[in-house]
Amino acid sequence: MNPLRRFLRTPEAVAGVVLLGALIAMALIAPLLFPGDPQAIAGPALLPPFNDWSLPLGTDRLGRDVLAELFHGARTSLAVGLAAAAAALAIGSVVGTLAGFAGGLVDEVLMRITDAFQTVPSFLLALAFVSVVGPSLGVVVAAIALGTWTGPARIARAEVLSIRERDYVASARAIGMHPLEIAFREVLPNALPPVLAMSSVIVAAAILTEAALSFLGLGDPNRVTWGGMIAEGRAVLRTAPFLSIVPGIALVLTVLGVYLTGEGIVETTAVRRGLS
Amino acid sequence: MTRALTLIRRRLVGSVFVLLIVITGTFLLLEAAPGDAVDAYIVSTGGDAGMIELLRHRWGLDQSELTRLANYLWALLHLDLGQSVTFSRPIRDVILERLPNTLLLMVSATALSFGLGSALGIYAGARPGSFRDRFLSIGSLALYAVPGFWLGLVLIVVFAVDLRWLPIGGIESLASDKTGLARAADIAVHLVLPVSALGFIYLALYLRMMRAGMAEAWRQDFVLAARARGLSRRRIVLAHVARNALLPLITMLGLQSAQMLGGSVVVESVFSVPGLGRLAQEAVASRDTPLLLGIILVSAVLVIVINLLVDIAYAFLDPRVGASEAGA
Repeated sequence: MNPLRRFLRTPEAVAGVVLLGALIAMALIAPLLFPGDPQAIAGPALLPPFNDWSLPLGTDRLGRDVLAELFHGARTSLAVGLAAAAAALAIGSVVGTLAGFAGGLVDEVLMRITDAFQTVPSFLLALAFVSVVGPSLGVVVAAIALGTWTGPARIARAEVLSIRERDYVASARAIGMHPLEIAFREVLPNALPPVLAMSSVIVAAAILTEAALSFLGLGDPNRVTWGGMIAEGRAVLRTAPFLSIVPGIALVLTVLGVYLTGEGIVETTAVRRGLS
Repeated sequence: MTRALTLIRRRLVGSVFVLLIVITGTFLLLEAAPGDAVDAYIVSTGGDAGMIELLRHRWGLDQSELTRLANYLWALLHLDLGQSVTFSRPIRDVILERLPNTLLLMVSATALSFGLGSALGIYAGARPGSFRDRFLSIGSLALYAVPGFWLGLVLIVVFAVDLRWLPIGGIESLASDKTGLARAADIAVHLVLPVSALGFIYLALYLRMMRAGMAEAWRQDFVLAARARGLSRRRIVLAHVARNALLPLITMLGLQSAQMLGGSVVVESVFSVPGLGRLAQEAVASRDTPLLLGIILVSAVLVIVINLLVDIAYAFLDPRVGASEAGA
């Protein structure tokens, strides 16, 4: 059976794609549907949901349109999640390839550095990094990548160790290719599949970390974030709990969509992975 | 016994290098932070340019970077983490005061996620592919997608605000002079919600690992042999399949400890638990970088110790490990 049909026959995978597709659509049409600043005041403060059809999900403590914020928040979540995961995968595969291919002292030093990064709780590291450098979208992405590249690095290294002795690597050596060229043109591409199989877990973790950082007030102050919305709603948790609950549901559905899609892809391409 | 000792020695030597890298990293972050200890001191007490110059010299801040790193290491060797400007007290004392609460939270949450997670994993993995297996694995995935701080807020709305069953936050009732068992019970009641918020998320991880390990074990020859011997299904599941799937979960306990510490930052903030995580958030809010980095160092040491304990436990539980480690 072809992989696409097998993928579409798993109900979980289809649910994942639908959720993820909805999120991407929200992120893409946000500026069309809600042009202008989503952080601007749109109506009376604390309007309950389903009361006014121009403000379907009501307004928050400052009178901002909750639905507009939700749509614009999807952009931040998705952008940070994808960018941080891409950075983590890139750093991880380069470090892992270098360590596995070079061996010896280089391997030892790189792996001890990896150990050190895994010893420090990644969320605390992100917290310290953002608070020292200052919150902006790029800094948040870097902070998250700083704590997540270690997993891909370990997997890439293990894969490189098994690839490095193969015949095509030996023949590349025989024709006098530069070791770095062998490492990045021959070995790295072949070590990538198991590393890429981790991407859904990493994207999901990045989205959750971004939300937690903005919940603690360390997100980019010029952008709407779901974590920031939850923190905003916390002040009126007793009287208007939906302000915190709605963006949280969006977060859960997004992360679940990422997991289910990733799991579906991994299962249909039959790549083995740690968490499944 | 000697095998375990060799293992401990090897790990300790490795840990020293790892700790040196972590210390250098925190030092670099400290250097990158805008303003130094003198600036922070002057802001809180006031003083002129001459005073700043004098303090910089007295605290050794006018020396080269390498000398300062050496001084920093020397101070750490004497367990001196420096002075917290926000608390006007040694950072070490502030951290030691908060550490027990975080440890209590972590140990309880780990017990919840590990105990319930592996039990549900055995229940699901006992009949691979059944309805309950599919239900539990999807359900746990959904749980794993929930942010801890949000779960905490939802628990507060339901159990503290609406039902009024449990306290909304804190570690114990204020201004209560309870002692002994009454105080322990009071703390336990306060811990129910934060422990649930932290523990339920990681439960999914243990459930899924247990399930995957059992699926693997079902295919092994010894399970076939046990079946051929006519053992009951219950006995095969518990004594053979689950038992073999349990060991990797123990390794996970150590690896998870760093994640758990990170997760406790937001959960402690939501429930106002005066622990290390909330201290980290306070340090960020008051721009007390030395305090924040002190917390990171203590967390790293904690993670190293937990992993060491897990390794030792593992060496005793699985005789093969000690042998291969000692030979390597």
